[in-house]
Amino acid sequence: MGRSLLDKVWDLHTVRELDSGQTQLFIGLHLIHEVTSPQAFAMLREAGLGVPFPKRTYATVDHIIPTDSHSRPLADGQAEVMMSEIEKNCREFGIEFFGPESGSQGIVHIIGPELGLTQPGMTIACGDSHTSTHGAFGAVAFGIGTSQVRDVLASQCLAMHRPKVRRIEIDGDLGAGVYAKDVILHVIGHLGVDGGVGFAYEYAGTVFEKMSMEERMTVCNMSIEGGARCGYVNPDDTTVEYLRGRRFVPGGAEFDAAADWWRGVASDEDAAYEDVVGIQAHTISPTVTWGINPGQVVGVDAPIPGVGSFAGDDRAVAEDAYRYMGWSEGDRISGTKIDVAFIGSCTNGRISDLREAAQVARRGKVAGHVKALVVPGSADVARQAESEGLHEVFREAGFEWRLPGCSMCLAMNPDKLQGRQVCASSSNRNFKGRQGSPSGRTLLMSPAMVAAAAIEGAVTDVRDVIGKGESA
Amino acid sequence: MSSSQGRSINRVTGRPIPLPGNEIDTDQIIPARYMTAVTFDGLGQYAFQDLRFDREGKALEHPMNDPRYQAKGPRVAIVHKNFGCGSSREHAPQALWRWGVHAIVGESFADIFFNNCVSMGIPCVQASEADVHALMTAVQEDPAHDLAVDLESMTADYKGVGYGLQMHDGARHRLRTGTWDATGILVDALDRVRGVADRLPYVSGFRD
Repeated sequence: MGRSLLDKVWDLHTVRELDSGQTQLFIGLHLIHEVTSPQAFAMLREAGLGVPFPKRTYATVDHIIPTDSHSRPLADGQAEVMMSEIEKNCREFGIEFFGPESGSQGIVHIIGPELGLTQPGMTIACGDSHTSTHGAFGAVAFGIGTSQVRDVLASQCLAMHRPKVRRIEIDGDLGAGVYAKDVILHVIGHLGVDGGVGFAYEYAGTVFEKMSMEERMTVCNMSIEGGARCGYVNPDDTTVEYLRGRRFVPGGAEFDAAADWWRGVASDEDAAYEDVVGIQAHTISPTVTWGINPGQVVGVDAPIPGVGSFAGDDRAVAEDAYRYMGWSEGDRISGTKIDVAFIGSCTNGRISDLREAAQVARRGKVAGHVKALVVPGSADVARQAESEGLHEVFREAGFEWRLPGCSMCLAMNPDKLQGRQVCASSSNRNFKGRQGSPSGRTLLMSPAMVAAAAIEGAVTDVRDVIGKGESA
Repeated sequence: MSSSQGRSINRVTGRPIPLPGNEIDTDQIIPARYMTAVTFDGLGQYAFQDLRFDREGKALEHPMNDPRYQAKGPRVAIVHKNFGCGSSREHAPQALWRWGVHAIVGESFADIFFNNCVSMGIPCVQASEADVHALMTAVQEDPAHDLAVDLESMTADYKGVGYGLQMHDGARHRLRTGTWDATGILVDALDRVRGVADRLPYVSGFRD
């Protein structure tokens, strides 16, 4: 019987089995940011512990950083305190910090891959649930809480239970205007927001094989929204070519040896899985969330599911969503007026996302009543986009072009919704109040769909926008 | 740190606080705007802030505002399905702990939230859907009694009625043996950790 990638990587990193039945697991790459690390450093100091592997932890600042100006001191005093704290902690413990002056600052899940820190076969942890992003490389990557950030700093290990593996196979071809974001929203809608609890998701099939690394990252990023703490794609030629030449990736003969090792951690053909789920690519439409969790999704061309179509507990959540979002039975998502359009986040703030959105932005102007933001995920993404002139495309269309950060994904910086505003957002969570207003409403969708909504002033099927352009 | 290290947790007793609803995410438990700080201090007062207070600060209908649930001392929360989903923020269990929640009985918990709770010494125990509903109803009808969660017998007791509980064996072991804070155990094996690191080519160098 063959082994899955998860089992191979787990075994390679096992230090010992603990009495609790957990594994003491070596963590190959630890990423930290300003929100969930300061308390961990305080715990270390309190316990008199050091950081034995400082070169296996890297830091950046993303959640609290404003996207209009990075100049110091930051305008928000609390944000400045957090920024100063991570700088101090990194200095004291010898951890490399990618701050704004480094030229490599950005959202932690965007800079890890682009610097080549994220590599296949690694175990990766970060005090952020979207650490699952790094699974796109065939790493076992998961989000942790602050007590566990302390554990990794103190020992480079975590005490973890080995998850089961569910293989999600999607075969066939995605239609035009259907993106990685639509695929993962569809998967979460299909398996539910808690369907993945206790599982790692292995994404397989021709759809994922054909995806770029950026697209795979979008998919793996939202594994946690389906309850799966980690999700991964087996490493292949696409993975190897993405990594070639990146800053923390070895070169020359060492690269070839690394590539062989990376390919070797992929799941065996005859690996066993706890569960296998099959989905046909042609059944996936541009997908939008209509509710208050990322499993409440609908194809842009379909009516919002009626409350009556849900049974049991799902019905109560659907009723709550209808109330919060202000829907009436029979409403459609298409045509829903928006107030704000947000393109960015660790889900969709990469260069390919900006290119896709720019394709749409070239076709019109942002509607007069819409505030539209484009926030590159990192300084590197920003430089690349600017070298391609994408920032000018967005500005000409009426979008604001901002500095890198988490921005309006999570309301820890000045970019927030107000009142009951409706936001077409390329981020990952549509929870109540997520975008900073306790009554704000979030519609998750692909970056191209957000751009289309910004121009139309309302949710619209991006396939129609692309179609219009082609026939004109 | 939420509690002294090495404390064995076999039984938690306290007044119940029902927190009904499925898919209660950590953004609801502690809105992100209260996380712009470098400590967890003071988070308790902001637990469920946006469900407890409107924008003008007026109290809304919520169990945490209900005079019937204002007893002093440790509390045992009762929740439904997938409690604590979403963000990995330990600020969520820290806010609940600082508000007074020392154990949680529910139908199911999100993975990271559950682990954060265990790492802080907060047992999250599962009961069947029927039992959680029965317990919640019993509490809502008459909240002025202690709810006991016993990790040895794996039962919850409220007003003399027992409810069967379940918990992952590993988490239960960690709580009962006082090893829920893993740091000490992990640090003990640092020599072996170095051995594993040396065998990993991405640490020691890739060679032909």
